[in-house]
Amino acid sequence: MSGIVGYGAHVPIYRIKVEEIAKVWGEDADAIKSGLNIREKSVPGRDEDAATIAVEAARRAVRHSGINPKEMGAVYVGSESHPYAVKPTATVVIESIGASSSVMAADLEFACKAGTAGIQAAMGLVDSGMIKYGMSIGADTSQGRPGDALEYTASAGGAAFIVGKDKHEVIANILKTVSYTSDTPDFWRREGAMFPTHSGRFTGEPGYFRHITGATKLMLETTGFKPVDFTYAVFHQPNGKFPMVVAKQLGFTEKQIEPGLLTPVIGNTYSGASMLGLASTLDVAKPGERILVTSFGSGAGSDSFIIEATENIDAKRGMATKVRGLIDSNKMYIDYATYLKDKDFIKGR
Amino acid sequence: MEKPSAGLWRKIKPRYNLVGSQCKKCGSTYFPPRIVCKNCGRESRMEDRQFAGDGEVVSFTTIRVPPDTFKDEAPYIVGIIKLSEGPNVEGHIIDNGRKVEVGTKVKAAFRRMYVDGEEGLIYYHYKFEPI
Ligand SMILES: [Zn+2]
Repeated sequence: MSGIVGYGAHVPIYRIKVEEIAKVWGEDADAIKSGLNIREKSVPGRDEDAATIAVEAARRAVRHSGINPKEMGAVYVGSESHPYAVKPTATVVIESIGASSSVMAADLEFACKAGTAGIQAAMGLVDSGMIKYGMSIGADTSQGRPGDALEYTASAGGAAFIVGKDKHEVIANILKTVSYTSDTPDFWRREGAMFPTHSGRFTGEPGYFRHITGATKLMLETTGFKPVDFTYAVFHQPNGKFPMVVAKQLGFTEKQIEPGLLTPVIGNTYSGASMLGLASTLDVAKPGERILVTSFGSGAGSDSFIIEATENIDAKRGMATKVRGLIDSNKMYIDYATYLKDKDFIKGR
Repeated sequence: MEKPSAGLWRKIKPRYNLVGSQCKKCGSTYFPPRIVCKNCGRESRMEDRQFAGDGEVVSFTTIRVPPDTFKDEAPYIVGIIKLSEGPNVEGHIIDNGRKVEVGTKVKAAFRRMYVDGEEGLIYYHYKFEPI
């Protein structure tokens, strides 16, 4: 059975507060903060993109795992903000971690869940014996149209997971994965369009809630596990509110989702979101503790995983870069004008 | 838009991963990599050496009048970093809010160096961030 042998994260240090965005558009910051359960979001530096975030996360994952990167058999990068339309982000990653040229590599795209789809692909390759280790990364620098509700949440960050199956190396077994997918046009971006379009505030029900619930229920029904059998749960978090609502609907408590609920302080990192939530939860998980993770990508689909920490998790903890530490240790607040400049939103320049 | 130079492929390893060279005969380290050791000349035995990326600021300056390539980045800091393994390396120093002085400890990070217009290549490179 395959499992996680290492993980790593990256979140840019720049932050913008809800108040700073709200004052530009004459909106009520307090209502947005409580309505979306978000205080501030991360903003990429001018010199950061999905590839640099993927590389920083991947390097930390390799260090945490202790594996020789030459033994990496596959690298997948899930993002909806790949820097090139044609030229894989995965090629930049394999070079920057020192993988060999015989590695399988590709970019994946499924809105916010391409990174978890990559974990499923890596599991299959590892379990079949085709490769020794596979890595999947979810990383994004997502864009919200100025003035759109998404502007309060669309942020930047990513996480990388290395899958292997040597029981001396695995820090958390992946007991099972299932998916729930349908053709649901809740959110999209056409080739060349700078910003995504969404079907408005009514997209939550047929998109997020239906798919997260569908995948999670399928997982619970097919395994016989109940919400109380998990110490922790992580759900995709487009804002701070949805994961709390879906957790309650499914019978999970606020305490179970607390370690992995990062959107209130960093925003929605899209492909990074559920994976950063999982990384942050593994930072505190003890041997034997189970985590349920369900991602969501618009379009739409969800991947659900049951993950169980092993005895090795404590021994490798010293090599991990803690997600909460990364988020809290160094922050630089920027104003809205700097935000526009850094995102290249200023015309005529 | 410019076409990538013929040698670009060879520069990716040094630029991404701080791969320089070391002389097996005398131990001297070099970045960028050298084919011949300055001490050993014809006796030199060079091999690739990847540097860990930690070091300290030896000197630095703030660029306010940048070349066209970096016109949107100014003001920004470039400096000479003494790596823990020995060689001095030139590089951009990221503004992460921490003060930059001679002796400031830094570590290498992976960043975009520049983007060639709307249609050209994106050049990735190490930069240094104060810790
Ligand atoms: Zn020498």
